Amino acid sequence: MPVEHIFPDSASRNAQGEFETEKMSLSMGPSHPSTHGVLRLQMELDGEIVTKADPVVGYLHRGDEKIAENMTYNQFVPYTDRLDYLAPLANNMAYAIAVEKLAKLEVPARCQAIRVITAELARISAHMMGLGAFGIDVGAWTVFLYSFTEREKLYKLFEELTGARFTTSYSRIGGVSRDIPAGWTDRVNAFCDQFLPILEEILSLLTRNRIFTDRTVGIGVISREDAVNFGLTGPNLRASGVPLDLRKDKPYSGYEQYDFDVAVGTKGDAYDRYLVRGEEMRQSVRIIKQAIAKLPGGKWYAEDARKIFAPPKEKVLTSMEELIQNFMLVTEGPQMPAGEVYFEAENPKGALGFYVVSKGGGVPYRLKIRAPSFCNLSILPKVCVGAMVSDVVSILGSLDFVMGECDR
Amino acid sequence: MANFFFGLPLMVQGIAKGLAVILFIFPVAAACSMAERKVSAWIQRRPGPNRTIPPFFVGIPGASILQRLGIFQLAADGGKFFFKEEPLPNHVHKFYFILAPFIAMIPAFTTVTVVPFGAYLDPEGKVIPIMLANVDIGILAIFAVASLGVYSLILAGWASNSKYPFLGGVRASAQLISYELSMTLSVLPVFLWVNEPGSSGSLSLARVVEFQSHAGFWGGTWFLFTMPLSAAIFMIALFAETNRQPFDMPESEADLVGGFHTEYGAFKWSLFFVAEYANMIVGSAVFALLFLGGWNLLPWLPLSSLLEDLHRLTGSALWLNPLVSGVLSIAIFVAKVLFTIFFFMWVRWTVPRFRYDQVMRIGWKVLLPLSIANLVAYTVGIYFLQG
Repeated sequence: MPVEHIFPDSASRNAQGEFETEKMSLSMGPSHPSTHGVLRLQMELDGEIVTKADPVVGYLHRGDEKIAENMTYNQFVPYTDRLDYLAPLANNMAYAIAVEKLAKLEVPARCQAIRVITAELARISAHMMGLGAFGIDVGAWTVFLYSFTEREKLYKLFEELTGARFTTSYSRIGGVSRDIPAGWTDRVNAFCDQFLPILEEILSLLTRNRIFTDRTVGIGVISREDAVNFGLTGPNLRASGVPLDLRKDKPYSGYEQYDFDVAVGTKGDAYDRYLVRGEEMRQSVRIIKQAIAKLPGGKWYAEDARKIFAPPKEKVLTSMEELIQNFMLVTEGPQMPAGEVYFEAENPKGALGFYVVSKGGGVPYRLKIRAPSFCNLSILPKVCVGAMVSDVVSILGSLDFVMGECDR
Repeated sequence: MANFFFGLPLMVQGIAKGLAVILFIFPVAAACSMAERKVSAWIQRRPGPNRTIPPFFVGIPGASILQRLGIFQLAADGGKFFFKEEPLPNHVHKFYFILAPFIAMIPAFTTVTVVPFGAYLDPEGKVIPIMLANVDIGILAIFAVASLGVYSLILAGWASNSKYPFLGGVRASAQLISYELSMTLSVLPVFLWVNEPGSSGSLSLARVVEFQSHAGFWGGTWFLFTMPLSAAIFMIALFAETNRQPFDMPESEADLVGGFHTEYGAFKWSLFFVAEYANMIVGSAVFALLFLGGWNLLPWLPLSSLLEDLHRLTGSALWLNPLVSGVLSIAIFVAKVLFTIFFFMWVRWTVPRFRYDQVMRIGWKVLLPLSIANLVAYTVGIYFLQG
């Protein structure tokens, strides 16, 4: 005969007789001050400790890869601005080099040097933004505004060079849209000279700040193996101790001529990622100065590639052959041979890759973008577990992602 | 004028004083929020708000200076909060949701009444403190009432019925309660010192200032110098109690969006905002009274001797006038309070934010033992020095 238990629901109490605890699910984002755009983290919390974190991406999906199939190669350049919109110049360059690789086209040395200068300026701009946003995430607003002041100076330079501050669309297949204006390199040099002390000042606000180190040291540790296994690239990978830098290991656009060091971290925590970005900005300044010092003369576009690069405007208006060339390029697009190429460039956020499949003609058959932010975010479920809610913010800030690129 | 005021019924006097407090604290708190924007702008090397100017002020000499200082922005912001739509989300517990901002305001305004904010010389040359209610329990009243402020945060967090405010409310309750302990313990040495053994004691803040305005080296020394550790602990606890960065866990906009006030908007939000600044003002005032000598201009230069010196130097009896001395002392005191508030802002825009568990660790494992050790050390010291 079953006996009657005096506490029929006692089975649901745990051994200490405490209250039953419940986990709380918390949706962080897509509209949240620290998810840098529209990342959404579906988290499960035990108190303030994260027990599960799933990144939900795709809120900024625009179908860039599909869009690429419906337009000529040059028409896609503005879309690359909107991938990592903090470093459009670097995206423009990576895309252009990928397509040039398909066309087996060599651009002149001057064009390469210009691209290197712009890409490194873009890296400074992107890292400045990453640093500032990281500052906000741990509560240091002033760092953000200091770094934004520097970005503003960079925007002025970009505007002078490309005509746009933000969406530069500077590269063309086989060159750049225009040569650098007179005196621009001097202004870049002047910027670099005043930038280094300011960078040191900004970093000195954080590097030895006890509160900042408490918030970042040992937080979000990514081991060397994990970093490789999850496909991390860029500063996030190097902070974990893997000295992979495509500018060194697979030089493109003449990076092999420049003397610079690859910043490598030791622990792989949020603090290391911060340090690596700071050092990369110093190295970028080094590269820019060298590139400006030995900037070659000559053409800034591949003049011989008549089926790819549009001729100068004044020739179009005066000479028959150039008029036809221009007409064909505008109507049919740059003519590419059939084939498949993959090219990745060391972008501020990591290795930005373009996989282009061509069946000949003016439009790509398929274009796949390997977005570093997307791959970098894949480690979130692993690295966020066990952290506190505030640590998640530090981790997100230190990973420095851009959703425009992640969601494409 | 004064006779007329004291001739009024007590009830009317009380209401007048209360109105005076509200009419003083509200604009000052709002002005502090403006100052915060300007100070942050200067720290961050940007101009800050400098555009707003009402059309009928354009062209008036001096108005452009006020415009650049952002004075009109203050009125624009205040007006915005009044005229904005009051959002009341559907999912909140409406009664408590509306109640919470009021509860935030009440302690902030109540504590002001026992804070002396100046002193005047009466015809006999005695220094009489100016305050709304000179109660003997002074600091105790402030702590008791101020600690009620935590209910507004808990209530706001809970009534919002949403996850981020909830987390903010939980953090707020834990943080405020933990730092109250060290705050109270840190000021005890001051009162032990002021009320020497055997005397009939008082916790009045006016008495603390009186004690710091004695003549002689030890008499005129501010407690900041004799009790630096107390001052430091009190200051840190004050940061935590007023939810200022680096201890702004209840808000911590980076992870909790807005913390307890995430669901609030318009005027109800601005009540929280004003309450935060009002708390800061009261906290700074208490700090100035306890550790910075109140209305004495400099250490070892009490108000009465300052006035005598001025009297002697200028030969004018004006300085001994109660009204002049009162205004001067209030100005000195307000300057100290404003400097302390500036210090709050300075810190806020300089350092990052702690993590919640770090805040708790500092509160329980660092500040509390330190303040207990401090209290014991001073108790023993006072026993031997004064006993």
